[in-house]
Amino acid sequence: MVDDSVFSDVAPQFLPGWEIVVGLEVHCELRTKTKLFCGCANSFGREPNTNICPVCLGLPGSLPVINEQAVELAVRIGLSLNCTVDESIFHRKNYFYPDMPKDYQVSQYEKAINENGYLELPLSRKIVRIERAHIEEDTGKSTHVGGDNGRIHGADHSLVDYNRAGIPLVEIVSAPDLRSAEEAREYVSELRSILVASGASDGKMEEGSLRVDANVSVRQLGLSEFGTRCEIKNLNSLRSLVRAIGYEAQRQVALIESGGKIIQQTRHWNEDQGVTSAMRSKEEAYDYRYFPEPDLVPLSPSSEWITEIKGRIGLLPASRRERLAVLFDGVSSGSTFDQIVTAVNLGLDDLIVGSVESGADPRLALARATNEVAGDLEKLSNLTVEKFSDLIKMESERKLSATQAKNVLAQMLVSGATALDIAKAMGFEALDSSVIEDLVDQVISSSPREWERFSAGEDQLAGFFIGQIMKLSKGKADGKVVTSILRSKR
Amino acid sequence: MTGSSVGLGACQIAELVKSKQISAVEVTQEHLALNEFYDSALHSFLEITEAAAISTAKEIDAKIAKGEDAGLLAGVPIALKDNLVTRGIATTCASQILKGWKPPYSATVVKKVSGAGGVSLGKTNLDEFAMGSSTENSSFGPTRNPYDLKRVPGGSSGGSAAAVAAKFVPLALGSDTGGSIRQPAALCGIVGVKPTYGTVSRYGLIAFASSLDQVGPLARNVKDAALLLQVIAGHDPKDSTSLVDATPDFVSVIDHGVEGLRVGIIEELVDGVAPMVGEALKASAASLTSQGATVEYVSVPAVAYGLSAYYLIAPAEASSNLARYDGVRYGLRVEGQDMNETYVASRTKGFGAEVKRRIMLGTFALSSGYYDAYYGKAQKVRTMIIGSFKKAYEQFDVLLSPTAPTTAFELGAKAADPLSMYLSDVCTIPTNLAGHPAMSVPYGLGENQMPIGIQVLAPALGEANMFRVAAAIENDAPPISKTLFWE
Ligand SMILES: [Zn+2]
Repeated sequence: MVDDSVFSDVAPQFLPGWEIVVGLEVHCELRTKTKLFCGCANSFGREPNTNICPVCLGLPGSLPVINEQAVELAVRIGLSLNCTVDESIFHRKNYFYPDMPKDYQVSQYEKAINENGYLELPLSRKIVRIERAHIEEDTGKSTHVGGDNGRIHGADHSLVDYNRAGIPLVEIVSAPDLRSAEEAREYVSELRSILVASGASDGKMEEGSLRVDANVSVRQLGLSEFGTRCEIKNLNSLRSLVRAIGYEAQRQVALIESGGKIIQQTRHWNEDQGVTSAMRSKEEAYDYRYFPEPDLVPLSPSSEWITEIKGRIGLLPASRRERLAVLFDGVSSGSTFDQIVTAVNLGLDDLIVGSVESGADPRLALARATNEVAGDLEKLSNLTVEKFSDLIKMESERKLSATQAKNVLAQMLVSGATALDIAKAMGFEALDSSVIEDLVDQVISSSPREWERFSAGEDQLAGFFIGQIMKLSKGKADGKVVTSILRSKR
Repeated sequence: MTGSSVGLGACQIAELVKSKQISAVEVTQEHLALNEFYDSALHSFLEITEAAAISTAKEIDAKIAKGEDAGLLAGVPIALKDNLVTRGIATTCASQILKGWKPPYSATVVKKVSGAGGVSLGKTNLDEFAMGSSTENSSFGPTRNPYDLKRVPGGSSGGSAAAVAAKFVPLALGSDTGGSIRQPAALCGIVGVKPTYGTVSRYGLIAFASSLDQVGPLARNVKDAALLLQVIAGHDPKDSTSLVDATPDFVSVIDHGVEGLRVGIIEELVDGVAPMVGEALKASAASLTSQGATVEYVSVPAVAYGLSAYYLIAPAEASSNLARYDGVRYGLRVEGQDMNETYVASRTKGFGAEVKRRIMLGTFALSSGYYDAYYGKAQKVRTMIIGSFKKAYEQFDVLLSPTAPTTAFELGAKAADPLSMYLSDVCTIPTNLAGHPAMSVPYGLGENQMPIGIQVLAPALGEANMFRVAAAIENDAPPISKTLFWE
């Protein structure tokens, strides 16, 4: 799943003469200790219906009390997305569904806590406007058993797990500023990094911590008016996002080109078949009967508190990229910058910067981090800055060859042992140059005639000496070190 | 049948129990016996929790024997309106949809009452989900007025009011969304208090209209009501709308008299009430004057719009609050072919006519395209009412009006005409919209030889002056010279 959250194998759709318009609604689970309105733990993966109480179960008589930590994390998101953070109120969004314990969802409607922000895409430097980032409660989770593909229609019965009910969410709504599936991916990827860096989210799309709804429309190039949009619900990976937008845009273009008309509707993405299908049209849309939630008072974060929160936000991705770029002459594009973007997206920049600070080579650190460490991210916790930096140093000091360093690093991620211990255990420990020098002397004295010819300028004999020395060292001598000693003795 | 503690007030009983002149168990048994014998005629209780009451009473006696503080309500029997959740004890809101539901937790007020030594005897009848003014909307059958079994006790806290009036308990808790404590208190000849919104926790009160609901006491005298309010008031971290600075001491102010207090009679609520009710209001005003208050008429024009605004706001909130009774998680479930059918079948069978009427009214008022014209406008009227009261309270400490336009009517008299039933609450509704406190004090008998209630209104957190005035009215009020149905 790791590659899924960052990379995609699907090429962006190309529709000549048409422009894709995308706006995204990203639901982000906040990393709070407890749920939004009660004291139940905010945790994932428990036995169904064991993490519940009268409040999140919406039992008669129960009342919500807002979780201050959730408000703080929401404010962190707002500040990180350059929003105006202001007084806000909660509304009830009324509709019947079994996974909603109260048959209404408490959300922010008229006045969101965060409004009018923006996000800059790291590669294209495009500004994407953020309309709002508001707080709401999550619903429970339904499992439809039997029938069509896990959907409620035609199911034999449904099971509901309310453990997720009341988990705090922030919904981040972008303006329809994105123009391709690729841009949408870049946006979500950058947003994910911001959410993780601000401390608001763990960013785990595979666990549902981030869920994306995409509003997609198409228009002929050059037109300024938007086409009719369709909303694709619940895209749970970057790969699905790109594929779903691509499919939906093609569907809409094909429909229009064949004389049809787009109907505004909510659509469902089928990952296996790679298609979207209609859930409900605008005519069937719910009337949510929003009204101010009378059980909660307005949220009015004071400017002092907002300033305090600002001070608690960690380094954001843009600053993190800058911090890395400084190590490479302020690079701002090209393959090194791409690697920098990847490193920050994967949260590897602290590792790189830390190792460079303790003397490791930046280029090597960046390469090992974005290639080898990125390949085994789940094991990142086994790696400390110190261990990583020791490895890079061993490689740049030629105590390990590139291939050896990669093997050692892979082992370090698995076991958490130091580079030195693993290198020793694998028999990779490169020989000290004084040992190599002894070996060189040994070979010179045992092959005096060859040495004479080599000293006289027969360079092709270097291979003979290196081979001999390697044999003696059982392959542990670094070829480059051997060569330089040979040259110095000639 | 009458034991030594039946008919005594809460303050008296607590004193007798604490000084060991009577045991809490005796008090409990005497009141339970009366209930057992006579409540089949009155139907004030939906469930009597006899065993739990006796064991609570034993604990209190044990505490007293050990010399521990048994609390302000030591050994005082109390009845709980059945929209207050009680752990392990069926809580129905008098609705089929909640029949048999046993909550896993207790309301904050219920915990406070038992923490203060109160002994709950059981759960009292109400109009289904507190929607009504006569307790005829209970799906378990109506409660009757203990002064005339042909007549209603008022509502929606009719069970609580009837139980207190009939001396089954000295105290009861009710809830008041548009007059549901005060109006039945008036019709049954007892005292009923709707505190300032936020004074008493709503945690565990099953919501009807969240922005209007407030729990409050019913008692046979002003001092007992003040005592119970003192016990249940105070900030609750589980209720976001609960006030932080509510530090009550209502009992001690009661004897302070009304010398120098400025009392205004609300002009708009005088016309159109029954003649004897109007006369009683004037008499109570005269009595206040004679006790040193200044009394004048004052116009509070916006109260005239209270009823219209209320019947948009309260149903709107109710339509959302009652959505959760859908047959999925608890309560009644009528299986249909699919999910939607199950929703419809469960709610069709589970809710009574008045509840359905209000859910429909509220759903309509919140619908897109109608929101501004109905719910939005009603909220503006609400703001206007608050402004209108504010102006009056610049000149007056408390305001006076009848609690209900008439005395208790006969069962069935208004049941077929919801609008005339709604008018029963015309005097009490504006207070809920403003979030202010108000209470009803009995003032003799009126039409049909039934009790009259005088309403004392005060600005937010003005309970102290309200209790002073109520106590002064009580001091000088004509007695209810009529026997209870069982006397
Ligand atoms: Zn909970």
